Amino acid sequence: MKYMLLIWNRPGFTEELTEQDRTALFGEVDEIMRELTETGELVGGQALANPAQTLTVRLVDGSAEVVDGPFMESKEQFAGYLTVDCDSPQRAAEIAARWPDVRFGGALEVRPIMDESAAEEM
Amino acid sequence: MTDDRTVEELLRTLAPQLLGLLVRRHGQFDRCEDAVQEALLAAATQWPGQGVPDNPRAWLLTVATRRLTDEWRSESARRDRELAVALREPAYAGVAPPADAEPAVPDADDTLTLLFLCCHPALTGSAQVALTLRAVGGLSTAQIARAHLLPEATMSQRIRRAKQRIEAAGARFAMPGPAEREERLRTVLRVLYLIFNEGYTASSGPDLHRAELTGEAIRLGRILHRLLPDDGEVSGLLALMLLTDAHRAARVGPDGELVPLAEQDRARWDAVAIAEGIALVTEALTWSPPGPYQLQAAIAAVHAEASTAAETDWRQILALYRLLARIAPNPMVTLNQAVAVAMVDGPQAGLALLTPLDADERTAGHHRLAAVRAHLLELAGDTAAAREAYLAAARGTTSLPEQRYLELRAARLAEQQ
Repeated sequence: MKYMLLIWNRPGFTEELTEQDRTALFGEVDEIMRELTETGELVGGQALANPAQTLTVRLVDGSAEVVDGPFMESKEQFAGYLTVDCDSPQRAAEIAARWPDVRFGGALEVRPIMDESAAEEM
Repeated sequence: MTDDRTVEELLRTLAPQLLGLLVRRHGQFDRCEDAVQEALLAAATQWPGQGVPDNPRAWLLTVATRRLTDEWRSESARRDRELAVALREPAYAGVAPPADAEPAVPDADDTLTLLFLCCHPALTGSAQVALTLRAVGGLSTAQIARAHLLPEATMSQRIRRAKQRIEAAGARFAMPGPAEREERLRTVLRVLYLIFNEGYTASSGPDLHRAELTGEAIRLGRILHRLLPDDGEVSGLLALMLLTDAHRAARVGPDGELVPLAEQDRARWDAVAIAEGIALVTEALTWSPPGPYQLQAAIAAVHAEASTAAETDWRQILALYRLLARIAPNPMVTLNQAVAVAMVDGPQAGLALLTPLDADERTAGHHRLAAVRAHLLELAGDTAAAREAYLAAARGTTSLPEQRYLELRAARLAEQQ
């Protein structure tokens, strides 16, 4: 079963970290990625640029309009994702719980990815 | 020129035989498995153009053995003493083995031993699936990755790790003892059924590779049946897969939508697969104690024997579900049984059977429970509640075709209100 782990955090929070915390944070990320590669659970993942660089397209007066800035105005923003293929939702949550952003006030959403296989309907 | 498909079929048949032979000679399952893959790749590249050699297995054996020998030579510095001894034996010198080097034991035993090894309890379900497809099915890592919509690197690592785990668990290339054997065979059956269901998609586009998994599960099921003709559950699983796969052409409508069993055009069912499946399960049930796969296949056979949905013998299906619930109690069985009860005794009786499942943590909140309840509420004429239940099921599923189907049912009911 594939899960996407959506990483939400406060943009720029790493700027306020001490060098030690920052090094630890990136080290932990590297360590998790290495482990997931080794177990054959890592499908992929991307980090996103600062939300200041975001363009949002939405309907304004009946037509699509492009505006500067993110869709949601909230303190936490979507910062990137990680896709894993693992045997249980518990395992996916366990991976999410270790992601260091959580420790610094961020949040991870664990969301199942839709699949094409289907049982027969009665 | 030789047809690519003929070559592939030949290679896939030879793969487990070759691997069994190598592991028997050299031990080191991990390395032998890699060497077999390389030999298969070399053959797949060369044979279509140059023709299949007179003795394809000897050819593959020579290439695979040479790979092993080359690897051992290049590691000479680290090589341990046992290996040094092994390398002095003439059979390991990288030349074609003499004809009498053919296996002393039948290949059949090796393939079974391999299947059991790939389904070792130290492995997770997904690792068992990947390793079975590669070591027994002879599929390449790239093919397995494509079928699972995963990057090749992920699949490659998963297989490597599975092999390491088997080694770390101290598993030997030998049949498990009688006590363990039965349990392991159940795992093999589960893994094959898992592969089958992974491939049971409703899409013909990007998931074409995925759909090939059902064919592979059936192929492996046939091999297992040939090896263990006296196991009723092996026959039952093969029959169940054949009877289910027989609906393939009818279960998807023109716009890619799922068509439920009752509405399928039965003229489009695969009559040959159905005949084979019915014969298999009928025969098995005459001498084998009924197991869960045989009973599920028997239920599928009853459906297959009805020329229209209205002619379905629901009483017989209900009797089979009752037997299944007795020998393998499971809330998922109760769910299906509820449908049969509804068809025999009316929807209210079916709905009553669902009530305890709301308190069972294995089914409470499960989308299949909501989907069955929706179906029964619809039969009972409670349109509003049926619609709610369909929508709840649609929110709970992670299958795109199912979600689409459930939303469609809900939308139809909304139009009736």
